[in-house]
Amino acid sequence: MSDQENYMLKINNLRTSFFTPVGEVKALNNVTFAMKEGDVLGIVGESGSGKSVTSYSLLGLLAYPGKIVGGTIRFNGHEIEKKTEAEMRKIRGDEVSIIFQDPMTSLNPVYTVGNQIVEVIRLHTDKDAAAAQARAKELLELVGINEAEKRLKQYPHELSGGMRQRVMIAIALACEPKLLIADEPTTALDVTIQAQILELMIELKNKLGMSIIMITHDLGIVSNMCEKIAVMYAGKILEYGTVDEIFYTPRHEYTKGLLRSIPNLMDREHKKLVPIEGTPVDMLKPPKGCPFAPRCESCMRICLEHMPEVVHFSDTHYSACWLNQKDEWTKESVEA
Amino acid sequence: MKRLLEVQNLKKYFPVASGRLFEKKVVKAVDDVSFFINKGETLGLVGESGCGKTTTGRTILRLQEPTEGKIIFDGQDITKANMLPYRRRMQIVFQDPYASLNPRMTVGDIVGEGLDIHKLCANKRERQDVIVEMLERVGLNSEHANRFPHEFSGGQRQRVGIARALVVKPEFIVCDEPISALDVSIQAQVINMFEELQDQLDLTYLFIAHDLSVVKHISNRIGVMYLGKLVELADANELTFHPLHPYSQSLISAIPVADPKLSRTRQRIVLEGDVPSPIDPPSGCRFRTRCSYATKICAEQEPEFKEVKDNHFVACHIVE
Repeated sequence: MSDQENYMLKINNLRTSFFTPVGEVKALNNVTFAMKEGDVLGIVGESGSGKSVTSYSLLGLLAYPGKIVGGTIRFNGHEIEKKTEAEMRKIRGDEVSIIFQDPMTSLNPVYTVGNQIVEVIRLHTDKDAAAAQARAKELLELVGINEAEKRLKQYPHELSGGMRQRVMIAIALACEPKLLIADEPTTALDVTIQAQILELMIELKNKLGMSIIMITHDLGIVSNMCEKIAVMYAGKILEYGTVDEIFYTPRHEYTKGLLRSIPNLMDREHKKLVPIEGTPVDMLKPPKGCPFAPRCESCMRICLEHMPEVVHFSDTHYSACWLNQKDEWTKESVEA
Repeated sequence: MKRLLEVQNLKKYFPVASGRLFEKKVVKAVDDVSFFINKGETLGLVGESGCGKTTTGRTILRLQEPTEGKIIFDGQDITKANMLPYRRRMQIVFQDPYASLNPRMTVGDIVGEGLDIHKLCANKRERQDVIVEMLERVGLNSEHANRFPHEFSGGQRQRVGIARALVVKPEFIVCDEPISALDVSIQAQVINMFEELQDQLDLTYLFIAHDLSVVKHISNRIGVMYLGKLVELADANELTFHPLHPYSQSLISAIPVADPKLSRTRQRIVLEGDVPSPIDPPSGCRFRTRCSYATKICAEQEPEFKEVKDNHFVACHIVE
């Protein structure tokens, strides 16, 4: 935590809310994390945990009624939360890019693949049409598409799902961004195609030296791809650490619960799954204390009243759970 | 052990527009598939999208009429039979709990519909009691009977779908991707419920899913499908740890395991290319275009689906 300048991305106490007709939904609640150049960070969580909103906030892609209401985002020397839409447009696609979940809907069906790649290149660089075309072909080859020349002239519907996702990656990498955000990039794909895409992402990361934020609900994918993991629940990061710390020494009850509730393909014995009981939080009426408290087996009185402070276990590993602050709560429960 | 269901040489072809007048083309969604399921057993069916696993499940229940082949349920050939009496004994749970419940019916009526059709309740009071008992069994309560599907979360809706299937006391249930639309923390709740209900009610499942980790967890035996063909069928552990078909091998190795140390050392076989179109599948073995072991014979001759070890069936020329 010493040298602050090393961080390529630093998000501090980020709060994002959606002002809906039925009330304010606090989608992100004091999210704090940092990334160094070349890091691969996995953000895991269930639907509605705020993992996608985190990346949209960072990209300035929040649609009405969403708004950043507090906190700071430092990315590559920019103060993102203060940027105007026009300024963001320069950064987006150039220094940071995103791949969306569904390659079927995120490509424009009425433009050829070539058009869509060339558009990005010409917007962000001063290459002329011919040079941009050549670069587009190069990019398609980079992401492992054969007959690139022919593919450039095709429309998205002529390509398979895996192919479309490769095109999305080519578009995202057109300007060699510092940071690539992958928002559930393989959820819509089959397992064998998923393996191809994940392999490709790691390969490109090593080749181009970019950082990746991998947003997913699949613990298998993060364990394969990522170095660090942030576990999100109800708009908060409940635990953060290296893959090994999260998988082998989890310190938050939610993380432990998640790990117990998924079947492992490589178990020879039939182990009964231990589900997390209850249902995810209603974000309109979040609990007062720890958001996971109502579903937590080890829930204590204090958990329902106060959000625990973050406790560090190592340089990389921290979590927010009252169980890790025994001294604090025993004192308080004696008083109570 | 008693065989509850047997499928022999099942085929289901769908006509498709060929683009030319008078030329007929078909998609061979299920092509010559044979297997059986013992009473009280869970058979898992895995494969990628378009491999025919869902069509297999639906054709077994005659929700779609088979093109060819035989379906034998409890010793009776039901391929041509009147399905009404069998519908009570064979049920299905669908993938999408949002689309498979009628939004205009209360949960009580959704669950009760099967009771009415099969005339299982003598009067309204009995009907109500049975519905409430069923809802409680799947972790809901009597209050829920008067509510509509939109008032429930995904996990609760899937429970309603399960209650609807179970209320007529079936023996056999086709579970068609029943958990893939649910959140991770909810999946385990539903998987455990399937297992508990099976123990309590002596149910037999055909469990269809693309997530092999889940299928392996719940199944006794697993069948792997590729482009309408069953390519391998074996005991769940045998298939996971000693897969013989090159496709099963790559499928298993492609699944990301939630264990960082293991995933660092694991060998991965990444398949090249995409699944070919089922309209014009490759000749001979359908997997040969993506198979790294393919030889001449694979293009010429279709491999036979045969038992190579005890209860381990595989269709591949290379496996002897």
